[in-house]
Amino acid sequence: MSRGYFEEFGGRFVPETLMPALDELEEVYLELKDDPKFINKLKSLLADYSGRPTSLYFAEQLTKYYGGAKIYLKREDLNHTGAHKINNTLGQILLAKKMGKKRIIAETGAGQHGVATATVAARFNLDCEIYMGAEDIERQALNVYKMEMLGAEVIPVTSGTQTLKDATNEAIRDWVTNVEDTHYIIGSVVGPHPYPEMVRDFQRIIGDETRKQIQEKEGRLPDYILACVGGGSNAMGIFYPFVEDKEVKLVGIEASGKGIDSGQHAATLTAGRVGVLHGSKSYLLQDDDGQIIPAYSISAGLDYPGVGPEHSYLKSIERVDYQSATDMEAVAAFKLLSEKEGIIPALESSHALSYLEKLAPELDQNQLIVVNLSGRGDKDINNFKKIREAEENE
Amino acid sequence: MNKITAQFEDKKPLVTYISGGDPSLEMTEKLIYKLQAEGVDIIELGIPFSDPLADGPVIQEASQRALKAGTTLKKLIAKINEIQDRVEVPLVLMGYYNSVLNYGEKEFARDISAAGISGVIIPDLPVDEKAELSVHLAEYGISQIMLVTPNTSDQRLKEIIVKSSGFLYCVAHLGTTGDDQQGVYPGLEKYLQRVRKTAGDLPLGLGFGIDGPEKVKKIIDYPDGIIIGSALIKAIQAGNTEAEMLANAGEFVKKIKNAIIEEN
Repeated sequence: MSRGYFEEFGGRFVPETLMPALDELEEVYLELKDDPKFINKLKSLLADYSGRPTSLYFAEQLTKYYGGAKIYLKREDLNHTGAHKINNTLGQILLAKKMGKKRIIAETGAGQHGVATATVAARFNLDCEIYMGAEDIERQALNVYKMEMLGAEVIPVTSGTQTLKDATNEAIRDWVTNVEDTHYIIGSVVGPHPYPEMVRDFQRIIGDETRKQIQEKEGRLPDYILACVGGGSNAMGIFYPFVEDKEVKLVGIEASGKGIDSGQHAATLTAGRVGVLHGSKSYLLQDDDGQIIPAYSISAGLDYPGVGPEHSYLKSIERVDYQSATDMEAVAAFKLLSEKEGIIPALESSHALSYLEKLAPELDQNQLIVVNLSGRGDKDINNFKKIREAEENE
Repeated sequence: MNKITAQFEDKKPLVTYISGGDPSLEMTEKLIYKLQAEGVDIIELGIPFSDPLADGPVIQEASQRALKAGTTLKKLIAKINEIQDRVEVPLVLMGYYNSVLNYGEKEFARDISAAGISGVIIPDLPVDEKAELSVHLAEYGISQIMLVTPNTSDQRLKEIIVKSSGFLYCVAHLGTTGDDQQGVYPGLEKYLQRVRKTAGDLPLGLGFGIDGPEKVKKIIDYPDGIIIGSALIKAIQAGNTEAEMLANAGEFVKKIKNAIIEEN
């Protein structure tokens, strides 16, 4: 069996208890991945249940506003449950059924992956418990209600920084204890092998569709693809089918929070060092003693001190350019897209959108940019209201 | 003979775990003297880590207290180095791979060897990961104590046992440290028999969830030694002053030692 390395990044750094479960998962995944019955089942769920393919929308008003390259948005926000997360949870729930697991657990930050997991657990009638940092529960109350409505139990995590990192620790501890009847649906391209590879494969449909759609609309591949990077699943999903097309420039945008120099950020690839967290070797935010530094971002979905190992690899070979955007830049992009296009983006996706400000005006009008609009922003409205009130009080 | 394995020669040793630097390195030093005076045979010192995913709440909190007090791996090794002449029992460091990777695998092996440490346990570094650590530990004659669990396959058992030295850490059940499993572990006897068939002369230490003398009496027939962490830390934490904490540690160890002797 392959050991799940992208050169020096990846691997399986987990307690021995989990090794049989990871072997089983890898085996079942490799078996089903090329099985026409599985492929068709997943395809029809993605089409009829989630509403794929999502559109590739020409953002005419935004294009005019910047006066440079043509801007397209890959509308992952139009998926069932409002983000790309369901592409992965649908795939994994079918694997869980195949392995005969009775119970599903997951970690969630913004709550999008939690909702997408609770949704498929309801649909396939499996027990579901979602670990969520106590602080995130407060920031993302709407998604907590949704998960509960869908029949999942949301377990508040009060250890450590009470955010996504700690929710992941707790989910792993639960899995270690209940490994025989439980499947852990990791929500991003992180964790021990085979997760980074498997989640990428479930998310690559974003890039596969984009490729076909841009060919239909423009007769060629785009010049740039932009995506936000927390753990990095939406970015891996849209980047992966283009990795071999050297003429397509790939840009991943991390969250630099209050600025890299402030120390309050989540820009792992920009400011981190290689280490091991949550089962794989990748870039990490860590101090001199190797302690994980809590990440910070206005967006709960990017608030993670690690990043998928394949991103670390793509950085090391300089195939993807990793940039970052601050809270303020993301908020400005959030407002702009709402006003210009009538689309309210997730704060996570707003980080990718904000990079247009730097890039689009510099390019010619015949150049093409695709931005992965990974999720919709309904969940962020309360947060946004608070920001506006704070701004008005200044 | 290996200093750790030697402890298994004529008895079933008691191995105890405390977190290094919880609540201070000075207290860790005093606890080490107390534990060895009361008859503990091997002392494991935890390297505090921000994200200890194999640990339950008791050791998580211990780790947090140590970090709050400013403990780092460097300071912990320096402390052990300073007191090594007064420590008679073998010391084993237990911690997560990121701490070692960050320190430098070669430098880690070199410095802990200089500090007189006899063994290392890294629960999130499975046998198949291509870490340089094993090479460097072997170079300095430090035991790498590997873990097996009830669901480890026979094939993996073989690979793990080949790499393990000192003793083999048999995790008693599926779960994290300090997990409160009621009564006897299901299938324990068969599990350890299966492991022993492959392990040969390598002693079997049993740990995870051994919470007091009653449990010790129930399980002591099967392994070659036992490992206790969370329950000891809980006993220590029940003390309000340093003196009480040390006294609690001593009393706890006495009870466990008696339980081991009574049953043998």
